[in-house]
Amino acid sequence: MEWFETWGLTVTVFAPVVGALLLGLINRDNESALKGTALAVVALAFIASILVVAGFDFGGGGYNSYQFEVNETWIGAINANYHVGVDGISLPLLVLSTFIVLLSVIYSWNHWDEPKNPKAFLILMLILATGMNGTFVALDLVLFFIFFEIVLLPMYFMIGIWGDKSPRKVPGFTKVVETRLYAAIKFFLFTLFGSAFMLLGFLALYFESGNHGGLGRTFDITQLTELGAAGAFTGTFAFFVFGAMFLGFAVKVPMWPLHTWLPDAHTAAPTVGSVLLAAILLKLGSYGFIRISLPILPEEARNWAPFIAILAVIGIIYGSLACLAQTDMKRLIAFSSVGHMGFVMLGIATMTDVGINASIIGMVAHGLITGLLFFLAGSMSHRYHTREMSRLGGNITLMPVIGGIFAFTAMASLGLPGLAGFWGEFMSLVSAYNPLDGLSLGVFRTAMVLGAVGTILTAGYMLWMLQRVNLGEPNREWEGREFHDADRFELAAWVPVIVLIVIIGFYPKVVFNSTTDTVTALVDMAFGSDATASISSLVKGG
Amino acid sequence: VTFEIDYLALAPELIVVATMILVLALDLVLARAQKYWTATVSVAGTALALIPLAVLALNDEVVSMFDGSYVVDEFALVLKGLFLVAAYIVFLMSHHYIESDRYYQGEYYFLLLASILGSMVMASSRDLIVLFIGLELVTAPLFLLAGWRKGDVKSNEASMKYFILGVLSTAILLYGMSLLFGLTGEVAFAGIAEATAGMADEPALIMAILFLMVGFGFKVAAVPFHFWAPDTYEGAPTPISAYLSVNSKGAGFVAMLIVMYQALPGLSDVWAPALWLLAALSMTVGNLSALRQSNIVRLLAYSSVAQAGFMLVPFAAAAVAGADLQEAFGATLIYLVIYALMNLGAFAVVIAGARKTGSGEISRWAGLARVDPILGVLTAVFFFSLAGIPPLAGWFAKFEMFRSVMIADPATIALAVIAAVNAVIALYYYARVVRSVWLDDPTVELTEEAGAAPAGSLRLALGVAAAVTVAIGVYPDIAGFVRDAAQVLATGG
Repeated sequence: MEWFETWGLTVTVFAPVVGALLLGLINRDNESALKGTALAVVALAFIASILVVAGFDFGGGGYNSYQFEVNETWIGAINANYHVGVDGISLPLLVLSTFIVLLSVIYSWNHWDEPKNPKAFLILMLILATGMNGTFVALDLVLFFIFFEIVLLPMYFMIGIWGDKSPRKVPGFTKVVETRLYAAIKFFLFTLFGSAFMLLGFLALYFESGNHGGLGRTFDITQLTELGAAGAFTGTFAFFVFGAMFLGFAVKVPMWPLHTWLPDAHTAAPTVGSVLLAAILLKLGSYGFIRISLPILPEEARNWAPFIAILAVIGIIYGSLACLAQTDMKRLIAFSSVGHMGFVMLGIATMTDVGINASIIGMVAHGLITGLLFFLAGSMSHRYHTREMSRLGGNITLMPVIGGIFAFTAMASLGLPGLAGFWGEFMSLVSAYNPLDGLSLGVFRTAMVLGAVGTILTAGYMLWMLQRVNLGEPNREWEGREFHDADRFELAAWVPVIVLIVIIGFYPKVVFNSTTDTVTALVDMAFGSDATASISSLVKGG
Repeated sequence: VTFEIDYLALAPELIVVATMILVLALDLVLARAQKYWTATVSVAGTALALIPLAVLALNDEVVSMFDGSYVVDEFALVLKGLFLVAAYIVFLMSHHYIESDRYYQGEYYFLLLASILGSMVMASSRDLIVLFIGLELVTAPLFLLAGWRKGDVKSNEASMKYFILGVLSTAILLYGMSLLFGLTGEVAFAGIAEATAGMADEPALIMAILFLMVGFGFKVAAVPFHFWAPDTYEGAPTPISAYLSVNSKGAGFVAMLIVMYQALPGLSDVWAPALWLLAALSMTVGNLSALRQSNIVRLLAYSSVAQAGFMLVPFAAAAVAGADLQEAFGATLIYLVIYALMNLGAFAVVIAGARKTGSGEISRWAGLARVDPILGVLTAVFFFSLAGIPPLAGWFAKFEMFRSVMIADPATIALAVIAAVNAVIALYYYARVVRSVWLDDPTVELTEEAGAAPAGSLRLALGVAAAVTVAIGVYPDIAGFVRDAAQVLATGG
């Protein structure tokens, strides 16, 4: 499989967009051909990513050594290359991405939000897949930027065309617009605002890299990582660069107070749009922190760590409290993402191997669990034609299968031990007890306590949601109505996720196996080897 | 002094001149129904002119004529190529537009070719006189062309406004040039550069530079000299608006930068702050005004004001910081080339869309993608490319712009931040057009005819522009030769 060693990742990344082009040639009325082609290419991408896992040498090399690497000239004049590769950190996220996209296509099979048009929807989904897969394997800042941005257009159209049509007042204006229009442009503008500054940060790194190491200016993440570890980027320069990149990544994560696009976008998006947004798009931001900010600017990351931790904790508490104020089921799930991503960011902010491992497994778990929650919320609102929790109730008697899965997923989301959500939250709190040497213990231990309060609040709103939606007597208005329970396409999309949630819950090593060595090497490289001695045994034992 | 004339080097210009004469002659003999041949001949003529251009580019030697006043080097060739390709697309856009509305056809193409000839002369000029002649040859025919829809009051207004302000700016420009000549006794750029080297605090020189900047400012519609642009763009026939925003603006732009770069490099203390201000104002005012437009042509007019601001950014930033201007010049040129292609595409979309909906109001375009998805996709491609969203060519233009302002200097960092914020504002109004086409429900019933494909020539224009926009976006290296061309100028070609 020498060919695959070189081009495996390229297949994973570009199969979907090639599929999108093929779809463009198929007549829009020929729905089965459209769906078949889309399924074939996303399955191809998924299989390719699984083959990458199969061929992956776990525990091979230290940090900054990538596998399945390709490095070809792309924009010669500015030394930007088509450089892709995976390591233990990006591998689980890449698989998560191909996996969720595959399930999304299966789920879409006979679930089309108005105004249907499967052709356009599938094309957008496939372009989105290329952007997401590409971001996780890009090892060149320009390439990363392009993939990071490619996801904007399809998501804008998904929200804007298939989104929620209910009217919404625009804050500060008297006019009322449809929610989908408001949410779509808000998502677009926020993200673009962040990434414009992120690009400035990347460019600053490019120019500064020319003054160090004698290799000339470079956008290459591996070379910049080496320079960063050697202490090339420090002082005011590093402060501004980190700040610029912080804006780009923090909007995407999203961190409080840059999160306000998220509830609108998630609530307004069509079901599959919400799933992809929550499961993968948010991870592009936190992945950026781990892949780019930390290794390239380790010193500055250390300076920013308390600030990030504080924002993360505010996000946890704020997200949870906001959840308690929601009446709309989908909006509640959306706000829960703010809280969960807060745990992910808290883990990163500790700058320890435990914390970063926690954040990665947190990302995977959140992708699976919240993705599934959005699937379920979509399916339920498809049947009830409402997402108002006050009108729901007794769901488990009306639709036992969906209700049961919903209860299971909510439990996973609140961090029940034995399910995937537990590890990310628990380990992130553990790591906050013992952050990197030199970081303020006061800040991080306070963060830990507040984060722990956040877990209680999380349990609170999840159970509250379950109670209002699932339990009790069905509302009068549903009397005498027959609801069809989960169909086979829904089950085909959901069951694999449920299985994975349980597997990761009981045996988190499926993720840690991939991440631990790389994360330890990363922390060693960035912050010195004494930093990892703390409780790494706990991770390996986990 | 005897002048050697290299006919191969002049062949592109000569072919355009021959086409002009042929068009005029044909117009005399053709019957009314046959007049469309003038369009065909014009299209063929511009395409033909590209052949000697390609030969010259492959020869790769610098030809200097008329005592160094007229130079054909890689820089000039790239610009001529750009102007010819843009003109080619404008002709394709014009063909059906002009024919179907019973305008004079022969004269239209004659005047447009004359303007193109002017831009080609401008690209080769290396002294003030040739530059001025070229620039005026670009502008003068456009005074007439802007008023071509003579039955329409708005078109008359467009022509009048453009004429009055155009003449005013010409006078100011010429006054600046004459001051410069009076002070130095030179018209050649190189000579002026030498003579002005030690004259930084001469008040008359500063005045000359400011007059030049005001004159060029009008030509490129930079804020605060942009007031004519929206009205003129709206009233003029749409292909002429496209031409104004690409060729005419591009010619003025290049003229301004060549003069600053080649004739006045030692005086960047004087013109750099002014350029900085023009850039910042053009971006901000252009964008904020565009936000409020409901007519798509006016929106594009303000957008082109803002885009001119973005284009100025690299040069202004490098000059203010006292950094190397060569890289900045390359960035500006790349921006110009990419902007030209995507903006022409956007105007072609406007022509096609206006024909389908019978309106230039953005709200009337609602739901257009439902009757014509291909036009919908093209709208998204060009307008998001203008906004700089990858993987469409506009991202690389913005990227090059940002790359060239990365100089550790407070003034450039401020400009970079202004540009970054403006890039976000711009997205809002570009996305509004796409929103109308794709997301909004139709407000009026679109007729059967709205689903029909646009005229063949317009389809070709759209296709060429879209193909290039996507190709450069995915593989920007194909635009790399533009940067090399800018370097030629720096090494004193």
